[in-house]
Amino acid sequence: MSAVFLLYILIFFVDRSLFGNSIGFFFTIIVRIVPIFLLVFILMTIANLFITRRVIVKYFRKRGIEKWFFVIGAGILSTGPIYLWYPLLAELREKGVSYGYLATFLYNRAIKVPLLPVALFYFGLKYVIVLTLMMIFFSVIQGMLINKLVPTDSRLST
Amino acid sequence: MRPELKTDRTSLNDDFAGRMTRAVVKSARAMSRLLPIIIGAILLVSLINSLIPKSFYLQFFRRNMLFDSLIGSVIGSISAGSPLTSYVLGGEFLKNGVSISAVTAFLVAWVTVGMVQLPVELMTLGRRFAIVRNLTAFIFAIVVGIMTMLILHIV
Repeated sequence: MSAVFLLYILIFFVDRSLFGNSIGFFFTIIVRIVPIFLLVFILMTIANLFITRRVIVKYFRKRGIEKWFFVIGAGILSTGPIYLWYPLLAELREKGVSYGYLATFLYNRAIKVPLLPVALFYFGLKYVIVLTLMMIFFSVIQGMLINKLVPTDSRLST
Repeated sequence: MRPELKTDRTSLNDDFAGRMTRAVVKSARAMSRLLPIIIGAILLVSLINSLIPKSFYLQFFRRNMLFDSLIGSVIGSISAGSPLTSYVLGGEFLKNGVSISAVTAFLVAWVTVGMVQLPVELMTLGRRFAIVRNLTAFIFAIVVGIMTMLILHIV
């Protein structure tokens, strides 16, 4: 952000008109998205309160077709940076969870419930519904494909 | 009996209050980490919007679904950061005339292809898994972009 600030300071001295237009556009966007950020904050808090690692691990213990649904749900509901989840996924892998389920989990992490208000604001309800369903569908396709392409003992090849 | 029940309830309330406080603090920390990035991205988008005419973006996109989605997926794959930033950027791309298939591929690749975290993924989950997962995610971003556009035309 500091680089962008420096750029703005430079533009302020070089081209006042460009600076004015850019700042004007910036505030137009900010005013539009502030209420959405408040909603995002509330949803993030709810997710942090109820969706814990213990809940996610429980989902992975299910069996059969039911497991796909739970893995999709776990991916969608999981929060926090992705790198925090890698150790847990590696542990689940060691315990026999196949790579396909891990891939489906990771793909569904792309669907962020707390960020839905922002997506709705920019792209509309119809688009968000279609994209979400497409992503869930392709997460399962990817999971099945990876189950075929990545043998369970491939981790040993690293 | 009653005082014990009361103690149990108080303890449950205290536990929930503690969890609530931790959840609020965690969200506040996440937002405080995100906000400078979002503000920086919006400042940059605002500058680009004022500086570059809409026709500039369109020259990269040939109104060909496959090519546009490919470009969107490439840009999304090499970008990093919160999905919130990708929504803001994607929304502005759309306003500037970039096709929905390209924007969708961009959004999907941003969150499913992890070039920045690839080394960690390689180390923790294995080389073959990480490469196959990211490669298929890149291809699927293009497919999702095209299919989303087609479905939106139909429904």
